[in-house]
Amino acid sequence: MVFEIIISVLLIIGGLFILIGSLGLLRLPDFYTRLHAPTKATTLGLGSVLLASMVFTYKIEGYISVNELLITLFLVITAPVVAHILAKVGFHHQVKMTANTRNQELVKVARVRGKPQNKIEE
Amino acid sequence: MLKRIFPLPHHSILIFAVWLMLNNSLSPGHILLGIVLGILIPYLSAPLRIPQPSIAKPLKLFPYVLMVLKDIIVANIQVALLVLGPTKNIKPGFIAVPLDIKDDLPLTVLASTVTMTPGTVSAEVSQENEYLYVHVLHLPEDEQEIISYIKTHYEAKIKEIFGC
Repeated sequence: MVFEIIISVLLIIGGLFILIGSLGLLRLPDFYTRLHAPTKATTLGLGSVLLASMVFTYKIEGYISVNELLITLFLVITAPVVAHILAKVGFHHQVKMTANTRNQELVKVARVRGKPQNKIEE
Repeated sequence: MLKRIFPLPHHSILIFAVWLMLNNSLSPGHILLGIVLGILIPYLSAPLRIPQPSIAKPLKLFPYVLMVLKDIIVANIQVALLVLGPTKNIKPGFIAVPLDIKDDLPLTVLASTVTMTPGTVSAEVSQENEYLYVHVLHLPEDEQEIISYIKTHYEAKIKEIFGC
């Protein structure tokens, strides 16, 4: 009974955060801000779902499953790389930013991997 | 001699452990296969490796991982609130974080940490690893605040762990 409640609560929290991550993709104003939603909201969401899965296999199937730990490990390694590459691609394609983005001039130097002191003339 | 068979001992142990975890079993067959893979893969891939600074203080890793886990949870809640609130209040921006770390591996760890934690995504590194460009979802008025947070919270600790 207690375990069922724990599993349910974890699944609800996980579902909620994954939903919010998807909502973020829909609602945030531009490409760069949209990058934040899937890299963050989903880590906690997926983490709770995996934790629920571990509790479930321990209680119902009767053994400790460690595959979930590996999924977490691979997620933590790959998610930032994807976000980094997407941001880089955004620089090179000169994706539009929302008007209230500050320090927009940094994109120009970042694109050529320069230092912020060197101003780039277009 | 031992160096010839195990050119990368840590990698051998890691491959062995990950193999057993992937198969979720401790049967003799999988242990044998894990040992074979743990010897064969590092043996074949060692010549391709670019030398990286090794971890000088492994014990410091645990408090670091715990701190990052805590920050990930905080980050999730902060981003969730920003997403659910009115989106026109969000003030994004770019910052350039000057780096003390110059080596690739510690820098990768730092950039990944920055991406996983509150409202920041690392986007680009300047040549010769001098600046890390970061996109911030909600940039406070004083951007120095975030830069010094990244430097004292993450960079200083990574420097300590890698001893560079």
